[in-house]
Amino acid sequence: MFRTLLAVLLLFLGSPFAASAQNSAGGGDGNGDLQTILQAHQSLIAKPSRSTVGPALDALKTSGLPGVPAFLEDWQAKNVWFDDTGLFYVVRNKQVTDVTTREPLGLDLAALSQVKPNGGVRKAIAEALVDFQLSDPDIARRRDALNAIARNLDPSQAGPLAASIDGEPDAGLKLRKERLLNYLTARYGQSEKDRVAAVRDLAGDLSVDGRAVLSQILATKARIAQTIPEDANLARVLKPGTDLAPEAAYAMIAEEADLPPILTPAALKTALETQVQDGRIADVSINALDTAEIREATYDRLAAAGQLPPRATPGDIAATLAAYTIFETYNEPSADITDAARATQEAVNSRVGASQAADLALDAISLASIYFLAAIGLAITFGVMGVINMAHGEFIMMGAYTGYVVQQVVPNYTVSLIVALPLAFAVTFAAGVAMERLVIRHLYTRPLETLLATFGISIALQQLAKNIFGTQARPLTSPGWLDGAWQINEVIAISYIRIAIFVLALLFLALLLFILKRTRLGLEVRAVTQNPRMAASMGINPDKIKMMTFGLGSGIAGIAGVAIGLYAKVTSEMGADYIVQSFMTVVVGGVGNVWGTLAGATMIGTLQKGIEWLNPSNTLAAQTYMILFIILFIQFRPKGIVALKGRAAGD
Amino acid sequence: MNRSFLARNPSILWFLALLGLFTLVVTVLSEGLGVGMISTSFVKTLGKTLCLCLIAVAMDVVWGYCGILSLGHFAFFGIGGYAIGMWLMYARTETIVERSLANQVIPPTPQEVSDAIASQIFGVVGASELPSLWAFAHSLPLQLLMVVLVPGLLALVFGWLAFRSRVTGVYLSILTQAMTLALSLYLFQNDSGLRGNNGLSGLQNIPGMGDVPQGVLSVWFLWASAMALAVGYVLFAFVTSGKMGSVIRAIRDDEARVRFLGYHVESYKLFVFTLTAIVAGIAGALYYPQAGIVNPAEIAPIASIYLAVWVAIGGRGRLYGAVMGTVFVTLLSSWFTGGGAPDIDLGFYRIQWTDWWLVLLGLAFVAVTLFAPQGLGGLVNKLKGARAKEAKA
Repeated sequence: MFRTLLAVLLLFLGSPFAASAQNSAGGGDGNGDLQTILQAHQSLIAKPSRSTVGPALDALKTSGLPGVPAFLEDWQAKNVWFDDTGLFYVVRNKQVTDVTTREPLGLDLAALSQVKPNGGVRKAIAEALVDFQLSDPDIARRRDALNAIARNLDPSQAGPLAASIDGEPDAGLKLRKERLLNYLTARYGQSEKDRVAAVRDLAGDLSVDGRAVLSQILATKARIAQTIPEDANLARVLKPGTDLAPEAAYAMIAEEADLPPILTPAALKTALETQVQDGRIADVSINALDTAEIREATYDRLAAAGQLPPRATPGDIAATLAAYTIFETYNEPSADITDAARATQEAVNSRVGASQAADLALDAISLASIYFLAAIGLAITFGVMGVINMAHGEFIMMGAYTGYVVQQVVPNYTVSLIVALPLAFAVTFAAGVAMERLVIRHLYTRPLETLLATFGISIALQQLAKNIFGTQARPLTSPGWLDGAWQINEVIAISYIRIAIFVLALLFLALLLFILKRTRLGLEVRAVTQNPRMAASMGINPDKIKMMTFGLGSGIAGIAGVAIGLYAKVTSEMGADYIVQSFMTVVVGGVGNVWGTLAGATMIGTLQKGIEWLNPSNTLAAQTYMILFIILFIQFRPKGIVALKGRAAGD
Repeated sequence: MNRSFLARNPSILWFLALLGLFTLVVTVLSEGLGVGMISTSFVKTLGKTLCLCLIAVAMDVVWGYCGILSLGHFAFFGIGGYAIGMWLMYARTETIVERSLANQVIPPTPQEVSDAIASQIFGVVGASELPSLWAFAHSLPLQLLMVVLVPGLLALVFGWLAFRSRVTGVYLSILTQAMTLALSLYLFQNDSGLRGNNGLSGLQNIPGMGDVPQGVLSVWFLWASAMALAVGYVLFAFVTSGKMGSVIRAIRDDEARVRFLGYHVESYKLFVFTLTAIVAGIAGALYYPQAGIVNPAEIAPIASIYLAVWVAIGGRGRLYGAVMGTVFVTLLSSWFTGGGAPDIDLGFYRIQWTDWWLVLLGLAFVAVTLFAPQGLGGLVNKLKGARAKEAKA
């Protein structure tokens, strides 16, 4: 249906061009070269004006000669000159060339006169050029032309745009052209029917441009009247007090109807100050004027006596607001179009809302996977082994700095990432093992002191990093193939880095579950954490297992550090940013269980994004409320979401 | 009773005597009231250190005696500072505003005065109305009540929730740390009603005492801090002695067994937690007028952990240990970070202590936890042991 309408429209728009084309073809000897056509309109081109240049441009456009766009550009750029006989030349870099072949002719510039089109003519030339650019063989130029049209929708572009659609070879650009034509029809179409149809067609369009077209059609203007005129295309009636403040409403009416203004306390005071006589104003001592009520009463008495201009009292304001109606009307006079646009806008908004919800969900998942990555090492050392490691955040930082150092040595970002991941694991694994051997081993029976000792290590490591790398943030650049974002529709987008982090988080989950549940090491780890002495009597070396487990947890923290460094800046304090959150994640999820950590990270990530969505301007508040929620949550489920039962729970 | 309490704890008398002597010596040497050998800023540092000693003693009671490693007591300290800071800032701004409005032709309305005060105080965060949080800021007695009430109530509610659900050990530590983090993040917001990360400033100027020079004020604050420390010390010594002290220490050693013996463990813990929080608030209220500024960074979780560091280095489970640890670490820290310590030249690398002090502190802390769990207080034991041996011989 719409297509046929469009075709009719095209025919209608196209016919004047077709008519003029025949005219000029007759005048210009049918075909011939560019110079011939130019000569046919010699005076129009040599001394162009906005009102008369049309036929010349039409003749050039319809000639179909390959040199026409280039000539138009030169004409626009004042590069066209002509000699005494009226022949045209193109002059570039003071070289006189032929208009068609562009070969230097060796003529003297002094003998020629320049064609100087004025602003109006240049605009007309530019419009004619859009026509050519829209069917230019170079896709980049076609795209540029479309961008230019989209930036500034103008009814005159409809014709050329429509004409270029059929010949468009690129499917994406063709779609875009059809869309743009639809925008133009919706806003400037000839008949109401066309416009309503075009507006309805916008329902599936979530792009910013499409939504802008709708809101432009629905643009309103506030008006004031004692009764609403019958013919107005009414958008809504504004109620003072609910839709806008009574003072603002009164101010609008006062401006229109020339009523006395509302005085602010400061203005009232300034006005009173002009009336001071011998320390008194209207027989009131100025020292008595220290409340707002007395000041207003004094002013009103002076105003009644004609000494001060009248002001709007609360009574005036109420009476005026009762007498007038404030309403908004659409700038668009046709109610059918605005109704259709409103219906379409509602449909679009609900789709945009759904997309935003999906986008929020994606954000929440990616935040959850970052928390999960940060916490998963802790899920092993704290969750499985029960060791509080306050330096866990510093292991994350060490991993990130390892990535940074590798990038300084290996310039290729992809290769350096491949090198950095295992290297970060090795570095933090070693650090973890060293820490376990030197410090934690001695404190297994004193958990609170483990907390303090590891905290000491944390301060030392943080300061050490600051001494080595300085206080400024170091970049960890991601390889090119991780740049950009996956655009699902106009609203939903997710950057590839976040997807990569999500995938990495899943990989770790799988890897960890495999190690703990399916390997000899995992069996021994679980045995040692449940009952070290029994495990020892079965021939397991608990010391070695604890060392290995702690190293594993620390190593994973290092890899997480590389991933987090790609997404955030690498600083010596980055670990401290994650440590409390990570402990929360493990505690909320349930200690001693990898699935619990996943649940905890999901809950915290979703919660934080949800609160941020409710109050988008304030991420600090979101974090505050989230922590408060977690504190309360732990009160009611002290063992976390996934609580271990039976003997595994230990206690 | 009181005699026997003091007689059983001779260390209290020793401590009070030393504290009194210290205050006297500082007063005599001070710039404001004495011969001027100690600068005003150092008197302030000493006064602040006394306040830190007070909160460290509170921390020692809650951790060293009762076994609750709270990483939230510095939050209570900060709340006390904010509570007193609100009055200091409001009252000072009020006098300034009244003075500037006095020049106007018509006397100001109360609304104009409070608007002017609000825009003075909150101009930096782009607000111009006094938040409801400041409803009592005009009154010193009410704000002083807040110094006690707000930390006390917060600790009561938080402690009741936590102890009731039997959150213990490291879980409780992490929970208190989360509370501190939440509070500091909340205060960092500009619309928290407490000037966001600007904090409250100009607190060293006491309203109504504009004529008193800072040098004299600093000594007065030193006296007040010493007094508070003395009272707090005796109070905590009393709480931790006698039958109640025994129950508290028993809870630290084996909570379940105390419960089985019929004691209501939660009440004891809640009492200790709340009391120490209140004392922390008072310490903060004395500290920040000497520091001059309180901002959310002061409350960050790390501050509470440093508190634990002082107590651990001084020696847990003995009140004078907390004082020793605090004095030792804070003064050493300001010596190292203030550039007082000489750099060490290793030939290939020059160790500058401003950069390396935290590394040293961190490692020293690890060493103390590993090898000297009794901290500096352990030295006292050794001395006593040596003397006892001599007496025997």
